[in-house]
Amino acid sequence: MMTLPAPLAMAVRVVAPIALALAVGGFALELLGKNPIAYYGFVLERGLLRPGGLQETVTRMAPLLLIAAGLIVAFRAGMWNLGSDGQFLLAAVTAAGLAPALADTLPRALVLVASLLAGALVGALWSLTPAILKARFGLNEIITTLMMSFLGVSLSNVLIKLLLRDPGTTVPQTRSLPVEERLPRLFDTTVHSGLLIALAAVIGVHLLMTRTAFGLRVQVLGTNRAAAVHAGLEVERLILAAFTLSAALIGLGGAVEVLGVWGTVRADWNPAYGALVVPLVFLARLNGYAVIALTLFFAALMTGGESAARRMGVPQNYVLVLVALVLMFLALIEYLDRRRPRIA
Amino acid sequence: MGRGQGARAHELGHGAREVVAADRDVTDSDAAAGPDAAATPDAAAARQAVASLREVTKRFPGIVALERVSLEFRAGETHILLGENGAGKSTLVNLLAGMLRPDEGEILVQGRAVRITSPRRSHELGIGVVYQQLLLVPSLTVLENLMLGGPWWRPLRRAAALARFEDLSRMLGTRIDPDARVGALSLGEQQHVEIIRALWRDETLLLLDEPTSMLTPQGVLDLGRMLQGLKARGTALVLITHKLPEAFAFGDRISVLRQGRLAGALEPERLRAMSGAERTDTVLALMFGADAEPAPAERERLAGRTVHHGARVARTEPPLLALREVSTRGSRGSRGETPLEGVSLELWPGEVLGIAGVDGNGQKHLAEVIAGQRAASAGRIEIAGADVTRGRVPERRRAGVRYVTDERLGEGTVGPFSVATNLVLKEIGAAPLWRHGITDWDRIERHAREVIAQYDIRTPSERTPIAKLSGGNIQKVLLARELDPGARVAILNKPTHGLDFRNAQLALERIGAAAARGLALIVISTELDELLEVSDRIGVMYRGRLAGIVENAAQAERRIGVLMTGAAAA
Repeated sequence: MMTLPAPLAMAVRVVAPIALALAVGGFALELLGKNPIAYYGFVLERGLLRPGGLQETVTRMAPLLLIAAGLIVAFRAGMWNLGSDGQFLLAAVTAAGLAPALADTLPRALVLVASLLAGALVGALWSLTPAILKARFGLNEIITTLMMSFLGVSLSNVLIKLLLRDPGTTVPQTRSLPVEERLPRLFDTTVHSGLLIALAAVIGVHLLMTRTAFGLRVQVLGTNRAAAVHAGLEVERLILAAFTLSAALIGLGGAVEVLGVWGTVRADWNPAYGALVVPLVFLARLNGYAVIALTLFFAALMTGGESAARRMGVPQNYVLVLVALVLMFLALIEYLDRRRPRIA
Repeated sequence: MGRGQGARAHELGHGAREVVAADRDVTDSDAAAGPDAAATPDAAAARQAVASLREVTKRFPGIVALERVSLEFRAGETHILLGENGAGKSTLVNLLAGMLRPDEGEILVQGRAVRITSPRRSHELGIGVVYQQLLLVPSLTVLENLMLGGPWWRPLRRAAALARFEDLSRMLGTRIDPDARVGALSLGEQQHVEIIRALWRDETLLLLDEPTSMLTPQGVLDLGRMLQGLKARGTALVLITHKLPEAFAFGDRISVLRQGRLAGALEPERLRAMSGAERTDTVLALMFGADAEPAPAERERLAGRTVHHGARVARTEPPLLALREVSTRGSRGSRGETPLEGVSLELWPGEVLGIAGVDGNGQKHLAEVIAGQRAASAGRIEIAGADVTRGRVPERRRAGVRYVTDERLGEGTVGPFSVATNLVLKEIGAAPLWRHGITDWDRIERHAREVIAQYDIRTPSERTPIAKLSGGNIQKVLLARELDPGARVAILNKPTHGLDFRNAQLALERIGAAAARGLALIVISTELDELLEVSDRIGVMYRGRLAGIVENAAQAERRIGVLMTGAAAA
């Protein structure tokens, strides 16, 4: 069997599933009677090449990157934090409730910082139950985080409808934060500065994981818990630390999205980014830089896909089909890679 | 390989004599009893080959695991396969078990060329395999385990299975409750269940991969008796072993593999005609090559020379390590392991304390409680007089305690991480390799390169994932990490387990050198001869208690043997 140098092999493993998914997805488009080349071209143009599209794409990246940063921490620690939707949404609602209330009295910078921190804190708090159950009793965090996620999504709606509802609107939603009070825009674009926070978070997490003692400890725990015990690491504290850091970053994502883009949260709003970001993070092999590139790719696909849905009549869900295909090919390539004969 | 001449040979020698009722006088130097000439009449030539390999080659990336190997396995004959780690024995088993396919050559079963495409196919062809590790489901009963593996659509028929189980039990002379949970059986009994499973479909070829590695001396006797019965019924037996005395006791025919090639074979007639010493010499020459240097070393071992040169231990000083009535009953995560009960011992610098005993009598807890990995539920642990009972691993390490675990990949290392990282796994965050929590990778890798050179660790680079290294080299990494200059007390759990002769010898030498440097060492092993070689005193664990500690002097073996049965504990 031919062996490739490591970085090249990694690139192949990331690019090949995407290329295969685009090819098979193109076949599906053909069946729908659409020209795949035209579709992909359109998506590329609208999502990346036009200034407006590019700005929208880049704006979309901010919450995705922050969720990805959180998931990198959790997954490297071997912890399946699948409760990102609940953590994200509760943090978003917290920021949406807090910011307008503070805006009347405090200066803008302080309002934003306080709201961002509050979002992160709420996200972390929401992960505490699964984290403690995992650390102390070894309870499976997949189940507990999913359960907490449902509760978090529901609680968010309850908060919006009962506590934070803006009386001035018919649709239940929180009081809107005025545009001039939101996160400052970058230069003359529509992109808000939350993107910088997100990029800093992803790169920061990457450096934390690869260059610090904490990151190495977390990864020892994630790769071989018995070895972590053997090496005398404080396993329970590491689990708590990794879990809360993960959820805090995801919560920060929720706050950034609200403070940067929407200024309010409507009842029953749930972008469910987790379903997209979890596979993306694995596709990137938990590498921060690869996450940035892939997030750009998927964000462009989403932006362009929405335009294409309007203009070409391809359902918007087609983007999700592509994501699913990427995942399937990722799994397939992983399987083929593992199947390579090893010395018995 | 070829290890276990000393005490093991004695135990086995006696057992083997019983088993095969050898009619020859066996002297001490000729510890290994021969195959029984009387019970195997000279019909060898007439015996049929149940299975054979013809010019079989199997390659893996960068390595030829088997090269044009031809072997025959005959009915009613025990065929011993010997060879160092990596000689190709496991590959050979996997080929017959349907786990691997040969690249070249063919496998014949009952004279017909066959393709063994899966383990199921292997069973259908009448090949049963008993692996070194037990592959039973501990939470299921014996019978349930045996009924596994049928087609999914067929309902389980208890009555039929029970009848079959009783047939085989009678034939093998075992008495196991078919409704007992497998997890509750002793290792020896579990292995009997494995053998029953391997014979479930009237298999005519039975492969056993190091079947004695975890058995008590009594278990080895039982196994021998069982194999003898199977042989009489015309089953072809293939036995892979590291231990020469066993090879001579059980084997009718011996084939030696070296680096994937058949280095040579001893035919039954030739084997019978040889004296014990001749056999040993011949086999060692085949295993290591005639001019290789380990063979003389092995002979010196046979002659009783030891690695340890006798420590001058000043017992007037306070002990470096002391355990006072330490128990671990009820500590977390015990999972049916034997806890310690009131274990006391004292250890002085420069001393090696061997811990003998059948596996699973509390040795693991002893190691873990000293390393700080497991909390003591009662008692005191002292290092140089200071109470460290409450300290965990980091505090113990700072006090100079080191622990070489027997689970090298399970807990000793992180498999996908580099050799360099694994060398500092227990120092994460400490200066000078970390400054303010920031990793100095350059320094870690430089450190690794130095250690790799110093300890002759064979690895493509310091960045290679440690799981890709051989067992012997992984152990070198662990020994380098734990017997570092800061070490004062080290506990080594089965330091030679699974290593081939050279690496095992190297590990023992390193232990001797550490003792000479003034470390206080505890060596846990199930290989008594090894303990006799390195220890000043030997303690015996029995059901969580330290049944006794004896000076490593004349008659030590006999006294240890008595302690191992628990006779003295009562």
